[in-house]
Amino acid sequence: MKQAFLPLFLGLSLAAGEGFAQSHATVAIKDARVITVSGEEWPKATVVLRDGLISEVGAAAAVPADAWVIDGSGLTVYPGFIDGMSSWGIPAPATARGGGGATGAQAAATTTEPRARGPEDRPQTFSYERAADLVTPTDSRLESARAAGFTSAATYPTRGIFQGLGAMIDLAGERGRDMVIVQPIGQEIAFRQGGFGRSGFPGSLMGNISYVRQLFLDLDQYEQAKQIYAANPTGNRRPEYDHALEGLAESPRLLLPAEQVQQIDRMLHFAPELKKPYVLYGLHEAYERIEALKQAKIPLLVSLKWPEKPREGDPSEVSSFRELTMREKAPSVPGMLAKAGVHFAFYSDGVESAADLKKALKKALDDGLTRAEAIRALTLSAAEIYGVADRMGSIDKGKIANLVVMKGDAFEDKTTVEYVFVDGQEFHPSKDLQQGPPAGGGGRRPGAAGPATQNEELQ
Amino acid sequence: MKNRIGVLAAGLALTLNAETIFIRNATVMTVTKGTIQNGSVLIQDGKITAIGKNLSAPADATVVDASGKFLTPGIIDCHSHTAIEGGVNEGTVSDSSMVNIKDVLDPTDINIYRELAGGLTVMNVLHGSANAIGGQTVVAKLRWGKSAQEMLFEGATPGIKFALGENPKRQGYPAQGFGLNQGAAQERRYPGTRMGVEEVIRQSFIEAKIYQAEWKAYNEKVARGEHPIPPRKDLRLDPLVEVLEGKRYVHAHCYRSDEILMLIRVADEMGFKIRTFQHVLEGYKVAKEIAAHGAGASTFSDWWSYKIEAYDASPYNAAIMQKKGVVVSLNSDSDELARHLNLEAAKTMRYGGLSEDEALAMVTINPAKQLGIDDKVGSIEVGKSADLVLFDKHPLSGFSKPQKVWIDGHEYFDREKEIETRPEFEKKKKALQDKEAAAAPPGRRRTGAGTGESNPTATNPNWEEAR
Repeated sequence: MKQAFLPLFLGLSLAAGEGFAQSHATVAIKDARVITVSGEEWPKATVVLRDGLISEVGAAAAVPADAWVIDGSGLTVYPGFIDGMSSWGIPAPATARGGGGATGAQAAATTTEPRARGPEDRPQTFSYERAADLVTPTDSRLESARAAGFTSAATYPTRGIFQGLGAMIDLAGERGRDMVIVQPIGQEIAFRQGGFGRSGFPGSLMGNISYVRQLFLDLDQYEQAKQIYAANPTGNRRPEYDHALEGLAESPRLLLPAEQVQQIDRMLHFAPELKKPYVLYGLHEAYERIEALKQAKIPLLVSLKWPEKPREGDPSEVSSFRELTMREKAPSVPGMLAKAGVHFAFYSDGVESAADLKKALKKALDDGLTRAEAIRALTLSAAEIYGVADRMGSIDKGKIANLVVMKGDAFEDKTTVEYVFVDGQEFHPSKDLQQGPPAGGGGRRPGAAGPATQNEELQ
Repeated sequence: MKNRIGVLAAGLALTLNAETIFIRNATVMTVTKGTIQNGSVLIQDGKITAIGKNLSAPADATVVDASGKFLTPGIIDCHSHTAIEGGVNEGTVSDSSMVNIKDVLDPTDINIYRELAGGLTVMNVLHGSANAIGGQTVVAKLRWGKSAQEMLFEGATPGIKFALGENPKRQGYPAQGFGLNQGAAQERRYPGTRMGVEEVIRQSFIEAKIYQAEWKAYNEKVARGEHPIPPRKDLRLDPLVEVLEGKRYVHAHCYRSDEILMLIRVADEMGFKIRTFQHVLEGYKVAKEIAAHGAGASTFSDWWSYKIEAYDASPYNAAIMQKKGVVVSLNSDSDELARHLNLEAAKTMRYGGLSEDEALAMVTINPAKQLGIDDKVGSIEVGKSADLVLFDKHPLSGFSKPQKVWIDGHEYFDREKEIETRPEFEKKKKALQDKEAAAAPPGRRRTGAGTGESNPTATNPNWEEAR
């Protein structure tokens, strides 16, 4: 199995234009500028990678005799970037719905699910599905992600309201299971409006919210009932097994959509009801709520898909002042959050080509975010949000050997990615992939601003 | 419109720090205590503290000279669907009492500001009428610029929407969809008849009573020191128990007299009260029965025949019901109509010969009574909230325009200021447009990621100017 698989994977990599993936047990990057993020910035230092971990870093670090040596002069070493909320590595079910990458079970669940008549039917609930079981290194998006400097992602399945248990993964590996760093890391919740009568409950935003609320109330009762039953199983009726609730119980944190100002307010008010740690994602209109977000003391995931003028709309249609303002100010949100000391990271949100990811990050720099803050948001902050900063997110001895080596400063036009190390494995992203026409973009994640459906309203 | 979403003020501070305002020389139409020519009203800490002819302004007061103008209580809309984000109906089930309008109030909906400009200060925001038992409803003040939580009317009893007749039985909703949803198949949903609507309501209340009893039994066991497994907390049945306990008002959408009587019978059988009948176009036929039940009626002035069950209507409906002892209000059910409810009120003078005060009461004190907030708003009386509208002409005239609107003594609308700031606003908008055009010249086509089919700003129906 493994032997058949490996050449196929390498073949794919070559065909897509990425340099041969190398595996050296020991690598030393010598005389490079090293941005550790956690502490010192070394103008000239050596980073040693051994057996997939960072074994030494510093100006005085010795180059082991058995190391494959890379001359780092003129190069900068950053920790590998982390996508704070992603679907990288998980075959998209959206295009599938019976084909594509979805497994048979997935497709069947989508097509044969009966019309839900209330929360009891657990509509659009995949809370038990594990990203860790779904990831595969054959996802073609991994290569363009690496070309942009990403080595890891907090990845989640993408269907339903309760989308499933995420996993922190590395963006390379021989098999899916090699990629998983930690799981489960959270439960992504998206609001989906099926509309009036075509699909089952819930059809409205308020239906979504009441469903989420009900499911957590059910979880309370479920856990209480299980406890009471465990203490006294004889003579008591057993609580019914509910995998939707099992999935929720296992979620260490919740990711909730909050794009516009009223949605941010709504989630800040609603989320505490659910009695779980939570993270808000979206945040494009957060410039109106910096202070409230700071006081809430919760981590945020800022979408890198900045709002843009709709390209396929009526050209004569004039955008509202609010839309114009949001398009103008959204990229300034990261800078404002950094200044206010709010803990945040970025997520790709369907921006998938290396060129577009770089462009999106550059926009945040142009609007007030410093390069150091941007790098931190892409590395250590993301790791901290998921509680995995003890093993990744910075260049420190003992952490996973995830690095990106660039010629030039990160996010600048002329900067190139020379090497990417994922779990110690070396990649050379091709120049074409970094600068050329980007691959077809994925759809934006639903949730914060899922397409509103045209309801027939009865008033 | 200006983006007035500013820094959050703490919810409790809304009525504090309101300035002292002295409005003088107005025709003060109190609605409940007659009209005072050349009268003055004093506002302190968000409340009306003095009304009369010979008042003088305190030294610290902001004086508003209202010579030739008319001061009325803030207008109250007992049937609104304004500021609901993501769907007015949870129309997928015939009892959707688990959903709550309070969860999806959108304080950035520009219609709030437009309705405020028409003198509206309070709205009863209702779920739609797609199902026999609809969602939970909420009373809000039009505090434009504040958050959703800050818009909620403090202490107002929450409600729930019921609906009878054609809408909940899906009359005219063919399986193949219609209108904008043509081609989108709709699954047939119980109920399909008026009999079924009645049974849905009865069934839900029977379930609610069983649920209520389960919890009672559980609480008794806990009180005895036992450790039973608690019943499931059911968000659908909780609000119905509240209805049974009189803690939640029922606002029932209805048209025909027979179904009005039907609901009264079901309510008597199950032991709850209907707070208001909404639309209630045939209310004039059963006004005595409505009055005897103690329900209010919130109707349209002269709007009917838009569907079969709305044919046997009369513009005299409001006046007839009022004369039979029903508390009657006129409502909007529309973001547009909500901007001139004073003119709807005026029509009851033409149809039914109501007095000026009776007509104004239809959109002020009467809806306040129906919503149980008449101790706080609905008329100009000492001790009530300073929710006031200053009209340039008689408010029952088609030529009148609100000049200023106060809520809790805060000025939320000023026509002069609005007009004054428009050129500057247009300039700012133009600057943003120009900047965007310069950054990405039209015709330039980007490829790749973000060929965004779902740009949020293009699809959210609540974006200003996009509706």
